[in-house]
Amino acid sequence: MKTEQKNKFSLKLRPSYEKWMDKGFKNITTVMAATVAAVLITILVVVFFESREAINQYGINFIVTSDWDPINNKYGAFTAIYGTIVSSLAALIIAIPLGLGTAIFITEDFFPEKIRFVIGLMVELLAAIPSVVLGLWAIFVMEPFIRPFFNILHNYFGWLPLFSSEAVGPGLAPAIIILSIMILPIITSIARDSIEQVPSKLKEAAYGIGATRWCAIIYITIPAAISGITGGILLALGRAMGETMAVTMIIGNSNQFSLSLFSPGYTISSLLANQFGEADSIQVSSLMYAALILMIMTLIVNVMAQWLVKKLSLKY
Amino acid sequence: MNNKSYENISSQLLFNSRGKRNISNRLLTLVAGTFAVISITPLILLIAYVLIKGGSQINLDLLILEPQPPGAGVNSAGGIGNAIIGTIIITIIASLISIPIGIGAGVYLAEYSKNGSFSKAIRFGTNVLSGIPSIIAGIVIYALIVVTKVIFGSTFSGIAGGMALSIIMLPIIIKTTDEGLKLVSDDLRRGALAIGASMYTTIMRITLPHAFKSISTGIVLGVARASGETAPLIFTALFSYYHISTFQDIFYEMSSLSVLIYNFALEPYKEQNELAWAASFILVILVLILNLISRLIGNTKPS
Amino acid sequence: MANKTKLSLQNVSISYNEQVAVKNVYLKIASGKVTSLIGPSGCGKSTILRSINRMNELIPNCKLTGRILYDGQDIYDPKIDPVEVRRRIGMVFQQPNPFPKSIYENIAFGARVNGYTGNMDELVENSLKKAAVWEDCKDKLKESGYSLSGGQQQRLCIARTIAIEPDVILMDEPCSALDPISTLKIEETIHQLKKSFTIIIVTHNMQQALRVSDFTAFFNAEPTQDKLGGKIGYLVEVNSTDKIFKNPLQKETKDYISGKFG
Ligand SMILES: Nc1ncnc2c1ncn2[C@@H]1O[C@H](COP(=O)(O)OP(=O)(O)O)[C@@H](O)[C@H]1O
Ligand SMILES: [Mg+2]
Repeated sequence: MKTEQKNKFSLKLRPSYEKWMDKGFKNITTVMAATVAAVLITILVVVFFESREAINQYGINFIVTSDWDPINNKYGAFTAIYGTIVSSLAALIIAIPLGLGTAIFITEDFFPEKIRFVIGLMVELLAAIPSVVLGLWAIFVMEPFIRPFFNILHNYFGWLPLFSSEAVGPGLAPAIIILSIMILPIITSIARDSIEQVPSKLKEAAYGIGATRWCAIIYITIPAAISGITGGILLALGRAMGETMAVTMIIGNSNQFSLSLFSPGYTISSLLANQFGEADSIQVSSLMYAALILMIMTLIVNVMAQWLVKKLSLKY
Repeated sequence: MNNKSYENISSQLLFNSRGKRNISNRLLTLVAGTFAVISITPLILLIAYVLIKGGSQINLDLLILEPQPPGAGVNSAGGIGNAIIGTIIITIIASLISIPIGIGAGVYLAEYSKNGSFSKAIRFGTNVLSGIPSIIAGIVIYALIVVTKVIFGSTFSGIAGGMALSIIMLPIIIKTTDEGLKLVSDDLRRGALAIGASMYTTIMRITLPHAFKSISTGIVLGVARASGETAPLIFTALFSYYHISTFQDIFYEMSSLSVLIYNFALEPYKEQNELAWAASFILVILVLILNLISRLIGNTKPS
Repeated sequence: MANKTKLSLQNVSISYNEQVAVKNVYLKIASGKVTSLIGPSGCGKSTILRSINRMNELIPNCKLTGRILYDGQDIYDPKIDPVEVRRRIGMVFQQPNPFPKSIYENIAFGARVNGYTGNMDELVENSLKKAAVWEDCKDKLKESGYSLSGGQQQRLCIARTIAIEPDVILMDEPCSALDPISTLKIEETIHQLKKSFTIIIVTHNMQQALRVSDFTAFFNAEPTQDKLGGKIGYLVEVNSTDKIFKNPLQKETKDYISGKFG
């Protein structure tokens, strides 16, 4: 019996090559996992290293001034930082109600399953459209179409600094519109996932005490899903701040600071896309400095978002 | 008396469509429905426009020829053939880098790590990486690869572009691998280990094949995302007006559909603008098909 | 009659997340016999069973102290390869867990992993026969393992374990998810198997322990000193099944058994 077993199962005693494979495989996957850390650290180090010169030269002034003067080598990113914050926040203001409304529409059975499925699918496909195509569409279709409406706003509310200039083409406002279209799917799909994770017994309890459907949505479902929804909103904010191509194509690319949404502006990422190609010496370093600021901003927002989304998945 | 109160109750229970409650309910439903419609309107408009405007220009020449430089003064602006090939090549390079590393890292996280601080850090890092603006990937590869000429002395190249895109794909693939493997029941893993299979055999023969569906969904989504990305390419692969002719050409500037759209959208010439629309048509079709494929894979039942 | 000892647990204590689950177990398993582990749920039977082929190492934060000797060799010696251990000490689980492959492949997979060079068809047939499931699946060897009923799946899993010709087979409540008829079939299988293997079976079913095993080990649990409400399992006594059920030495055992037979 014993000898027979030895003959038939040649590997019962594992040969060294098999053990070696086993160990080697584990080590390789470990190295591959470590690659993520390496890539991330490399990115941080490279951006920081390349921006040191500008950091030393301009320090905090870089953030609060808005010169962009390659001839005299004076650089300040205030316009771009302002544009990044304003455009992404404004896009959020538009996209939050739309995304939330859509998410509720998809998860509640107001309409037949089929219609809701198609709408959900379309919103997700919207997320797949390349940003550069949205930019192209924004230049040639969306902005010319929407410009008259901007000018109506300008005519009636021109006394507000936000609407103080006439809309004549690319600018912050169309960039905001295109950004809100781009982040809408993020908010919708995460809000939808969070709402679907709310235990149905919570809702049933609300119905049980005579709540109407909207009563249950507003007072039970949304509060129970709120941390996931907030996480989704923050993820969308992070995406909006880093979004490059569509914004670069429609924001007008001007470092002239203006409060008006209808005049051209910059975001950090469009500044990078627009200037990096032709830059040298201290200008490259200044752009890297701007990139560093952008990275820190998105990092903070994303970490907060991760934290909130994770809290949600632990809760249920 | 008795009869009367009965009547009273039944009238109370009637659905009163003019009641305050029901009006506000219907109003809110209307608002949600309107928002949903507003949300999909841009998509419909955009796809319709791209399909009509871009699709109307598709012909064989366009799909094969090289583009003419702006203002070259000829009747036709040429084609987008080299950009189509370029997009395919750059995406393949990005996939060759990111798929093995991504799956390996996902396997490590799901199969080997025991929720220690290292794997927590890696999961966190993966999330952070996926949130980094894609243009940053472009400028970092520019600083590391293009400026330093470390890759056989080449500067702007398809290789550099592929590397930048692989940074975008990597977290997508890691996450789907990790999550796909986590869905594989531990019973299966234990079953294999309990009959003396090594971890290597268990992963290769039992768990990875079982998670094949979700991993391939992730790969398709990653490819879809990469093939439409522009920002990582504008300082790495740059652009080229010419078809590649030899293998060595991947070490030189390479065109791609997305960069072509970006460059030609901003040109003042109508011919170039139209090429941009045609390229958008191809890109949108490609991305939508990839997304639908990933959905189909996701919806098929395991054999 | 002196039985040869196959396995010997010496002062084994196991903890999860720093919380002791079972402590100070001394247990000898006789070669070529069936030993059953019984006791109230949560007293650490599965924990002890898993430690015998180092499956517990797959659970994060699971720690073991003490020694487990297999044919005199400490299997927790750092030089020992857990995969080698599992090739000799196979395991059958509570929930049937066939691979998502054909019935044939379910058996062949393990054999190939162990470097089997003989006739595969023969091995598949013999293993299925030994596990008393051959009649049920001889006509559908190419079909998925999932096409079988729960009881058949469990016997397929037993066949899969037999196919690698281990020395010891561990079974963790192999019948608890099954109907009475399947249970009976598996018990018959165990009777057949004990001719060639050493078997350790965890069961919560007294009659089953009585029917299939030569030796029985009774585990119990006591509340921990702190107020966390945890329990620590320990071995009360081990003896021939006859003695444990007819006249146990410990009062605890007697109470448990009479309570169960009530
Ligand atoms: N994977 C695990 N992680 C943490 N604690 C566990 C785990 N498995 C078992 N335990 C704990 O160990 C103790 C013994 O469990 P177990 O061995 O499953 O008992 P039995 O099989 O006798 O019912 C229980 O208190 C249980 O909570
Ligand atoms: Mg148990």
